[in-house]
Amino acid sequence: MKQRKWLKTTLFGIFILCMSGNVFAQGEPEIDTGATAWMLTSTALVLLMIPGLAMFYGGLVRTKNVLGTMMHSFAAMGIMTVMWIAVGYSMCFGSSVFGGWFGWNPDYVMLSGIDTKIMEGGVPEYVFSMFQGKFAIIAPALIAGAFAERVKFKGYMLFIALWGFFVYNPLCHWVWAEDGFLFNLGANGAIDFAGGTVVHISAGVSGLVAAIYLGGRRGYPKITIDPNNLVMTMIGGGLLWVGWFGFNAGSSVSSGLSTAQALTATQAAAAAGALSWMIIEGLHQGKATALGFISGVLAGLVAVTPAAGVVQPSGAMALGAMAAGVCYMFILLKNKLGYDDSLDAFGVHGVGGIIGAIFLVFFIRKSWMEEAAVLAGGDWTLVQQLGVQIAAVLIAMVYAGVLTYIILVIVSKTIGLKSSEASEMAGLDNSYHGEHGYGMLNPN
Amino acid sequence: MKLITAIIRETQMDAVREALIEANITRITISRVSGHGQQQSVEIYRGQKVVPNLIPKSKLEIAVNDKYVDITVDTIIKAARSSSDAMGDGSVGDGKIFISTLDDCIRIRTNERGSDAI
Repeated sequence: MKQRKWLKTTLFGIFILCMSGNVFAQGEPEIDTGATAWMLTSTALVLLMIPGLAMFYGGLVRTKNVLGTMMHSFAAMGIMTVMWIAVGYSMCFGSSVFGGWFGWNPDYVMLSGIDTKIMEGGVPEYVFSMFQGKFAIIAPALIAGAFAERVKFKGYMLFIALWGFFVYNPLCHWVWAEDGFLFNLGANGAIDFAGGTVVHISAGVSGLVAAIYLGGRRGYPKITIDPNNLVMTMIGGGLLWVGWFGFNAGSSVSSGLSTAQALTATQAAAAAGALSWMIIEGLHQGKATALGFISGVLAGLVAVTPAAGVVQPSGAMALGAMAAGVCYMFILLKNKLGYDDSLDAFGVHGVGGIIGAIFLVFFIRKSWMEEAAVLAGGDWTLVQQLGVQIAAVLIAMVYAGVLTYIILVIVSKTIGLKSSEASEMAGLDNSYHGEHGYGMLNPN
Repeated sequence: MKLITAIIRETQMDAVREALIEANITRITISRVSGHGQQQSVEIYRGQKVVPNLIPKSKLEIAVNDKYVDITVDTIIKAARSSSDAMGDGSVGDGKIFISTLDDCIRIRTNERGSDAI
């Protein structure tokens, strides 16, 4: 997204060059089939992350909650997509209203005014809108990991709807819309290439607040709560890794050099994160677990998400390794503190996102800093950018935390969010969906 | 020596296990079973209500010396009865307890026999 500004500058340069040669076509930009093809692919890849997340989370809970947990991700696809088309895209990418709280553009309501619109990069706006819509699905779905196995389905639906409306849309507007205030913070904006603050930090912090507000699962941490199917978790984690190429490399909204840079950084960070987690766990526990490997992959991917556009492979690997180490320690700390962030939504997405968004400063490629210096009028230092990054992270954390708390209170006081003890013991599948996940465990 | 076999609701399994541990009955075997009883459970399959003919339950097996039979049985009943929080009357499907006499018991490691081995 950050890249769009860069893209504009470049396109402007090309435009000037062309002007000297021949007459440039008037009106709307032509479709760039290469960029459009990649953005269509990316859109599908990011959507693939949601069933991936459903499987990842679904495998980690107890048998009686497997479908309910998967439905937390799938239901988000339904509700968030409808909301996105209705008002979400307008709130995120319209022009600032209410002092920049969120955006609004009547043309974007029901996507009615972009039927034939082609954006500056040569990509139809429908594609960009759908690509962005997938991010609005995955962010609330991530939160579900923090309060897994203990929320009412109806309450959850209302919670994510309100969360998308009041937390995701404004944050997305601030960070990615051209008139968002974080997009314009400092010389060249707060760096959030593909959603470190918008998606991962906001979902992670909201998850933490929700986990503490709702309280733990019945019996936690006294009784052990074992994953029902780690094989499914591994498949889901694998799909997340694959889908992340759309998430990060697609965020260049082009098909070119910056796409390649983001793609490489993504792979480097994921691998470094996985390897580091295996080594740390191996030294600490004596065995390298499969769940540890896939958690390391996620920690690395989360950390590189804000940074994919500005770091080189060595920096991406450093971020991935660092995120794996810090997330590992943080999960140990969580067990000591005793709050029930069941599937570590904050421990991996919140912590990993914060590490990535702040420490990326030390690995920014030179050309970005030079460009920032030009925009700042001569001078722009790492320390200044570090300040911008920390400010953006803190703003996202405080905003997401406070608004989530208010939403939690509203949902709990109206239709209720936490399951009754009886429903929790019966399991989400039976209580809210009237089904069971694995027929084969019973003769019928 | 008695063998206590209890068929209980899956949902009450954790509660029963915790209550037994509280009562110092810690040596138990649990398995997943399914069967017929008076209870009928209704599930939904693509908008259609279905009554599965076999209902999943948990089975507990506990071998105890005679003087522990009452406390074990009482603990299970208390924790396995649905709505057990308010001296509940229970409902159809809460399960059954069978008590049978054990002829002998052998600890494999030491070859001990009888009450000492339990």
